[in-house]
Amino acid sequence: MKPKTKALMVALCAGPLIAAAQPKSTSDGIAEYRKMLEDGNPADLFEAKGEDLWKRARGPKKATLEKCDLGLGPGVVKGAWVQLPRYFADTGKVQDVESRLVSCMAALQGFNAEEISNTPFGRGEMANVTALATWVAAESRGQRFNLPQKHPEEQRFYELGKRAFFFRGGPMDFSCASCHSVDGKRVRLQELPNLTKNPGDGIGFAAWPAYRVSQGAMWSMQFRLNDCYRQQRFPYPGFASDLTVALGVYMGVNAKGAESIAPAIKR
Amino acid sequence: MKYHTTNTPARREHGSLRRLRMVALLAATAAAAMTAVGCATLPSARELDAQAAVMIKAAFRDEGIAKVDRIQQDLAQSACSSDKMPEPPTMQKIMQESMATVKWPEGGRFLGDWRQGERLAQNGRGMTWTDASADPKGNGGQCYNCHQISKTELSYGSLGPSLYQYGKLRGVTDPSSPAAEPILKYTWAKIWNSNAYMACSGMPRFGHAKLLNEDQIRHVMALLLDPKSPVNAP
Repeated sequence: MKPKTKALMVALCAGPLIAAAQPKSTSDGIAEYRKMLEDGNPADLFEAKGEDLWKRARGPKKATLEKCDLGLGPGVVKGAWVQLPRYFADTGKVQDVESRLVSCMAALQGFNAEEISNTPFGRGEMANVTALATWVAAESRGQRFNLPQKHPEEQRFYELGKRAFFFRGGPMDFSCASCHSVDGKRVRLQELPNLTKNPGDGIGFAAWPAYRVSQGAMWSMQFRLNDCYRQQRFPYPGFASDLTVALGVYMGVNAKGAESIAPAIKR
Repeated sequence: MKYHTTNTPARREHGSLRRLRMVALLAATAAAAMTAVGCATLPSARELDAQAAVMIKAAFRDEGIAKVDRIQQDLAQSACSSDKMPEPPTMQKIMQESMATVKWPEGGRFLGDWRQGERLAQNGRGMTWTDASADPKGNGGQCYNCHQISKTELSYGSLGPSLYQYGKLRGVTDPSSPAAEPILKYTWAKIWNSNAYMACSGMPRFGHAKLLNEDQIRHVMALLLDPKSPVNAP
């Protein structure tokens, strides 16, 4: 018998006694479940795939991404993730990790950026972008968020992101703030991070990309935001649209000091 | 991915929004010019509001039943889209307008079947771009997402207040009695249009936004107010 199974048996037999002595909250149970899952996070596979994609000559130009500048200079990956989204002079835009990767794939490898952006999540080159983002995030695991806010465009995007965060619409009048602007709330049993401030290490912005157990898929932050909007009953947000990047700036700046655990594992 | 060629956002764009876009464009041009001469400053709050409106509009496209008209805001949405509550006169206006939208139940029949109400309360489906139809018949009431309701369902959210013992705590022993009528009417209006009593309420406007039909609201009402409902267990 595995130790875990044995522990479970003991727990079941002694259940009523333990329950009376020390009631375990539902969130404790979920935390325990997550801890158990961490032993084998399938995100590792996507991380390895992402590293391989970074170093392999691909695309019409048969080039690698090793000269891609993620904000800290060409080819510097460690530490880049916890400073994204940020302003890039070459594109003249504030970009998150995914839109930046697509720019690099276009400039260095000759891929069609628009074609990638219009590919559904989990398919073709979009799946590769997610794997690359997973690896880039993993290279900053344990580091703390510290998005730059010096450039006026970075400041402007923070302000635009804040406005987008509070924008109510759709048939249910939801905004991001409906669920994510107060501490300690839940939808059903799912705890909701307060994203208007630093919600804590490895929570909210500091956890994505993440492997979704219930979906059996790797989800990037863009995918996460896309599904938030689906559940908000909004229409479909464009991949790496200014809106989604601005939301990233808002959440990322608010999370200043939070430790990144990405790629995490989620329900 | 589906792209809808008819009824494009551009064709549907109102004059006011076009003006808004113009203002934002001018502001962005001005900002770019200022950056170039090295005196970059953040645009004013009003300019940022206009830019955000353009950005939000540009970001979305139709998908399935979720069309871009869903982000055209009415007053209750636009006035409640910041981290601050609107000014008291605006709040009053929202509440008055919302109360005026309430459609009262036919024949004064407020309550349906609490068992069907419980099923609706459990059901969180409907109105997303992956749902086939926006007909309320296919929608859930989503109540447990945010409220505790019956004692047996432990998987409940906490964004809204607990509704356990809802009718009992309000002294509803006979829903058909005149004494119960005010609380029946209050509850009906709250579910129909939550903003009638509180501007910027976090609760969807189930009747007003056609999320639930009259019969479905009767069932949810019964779950909360029928003395036989487990919600009001002794």
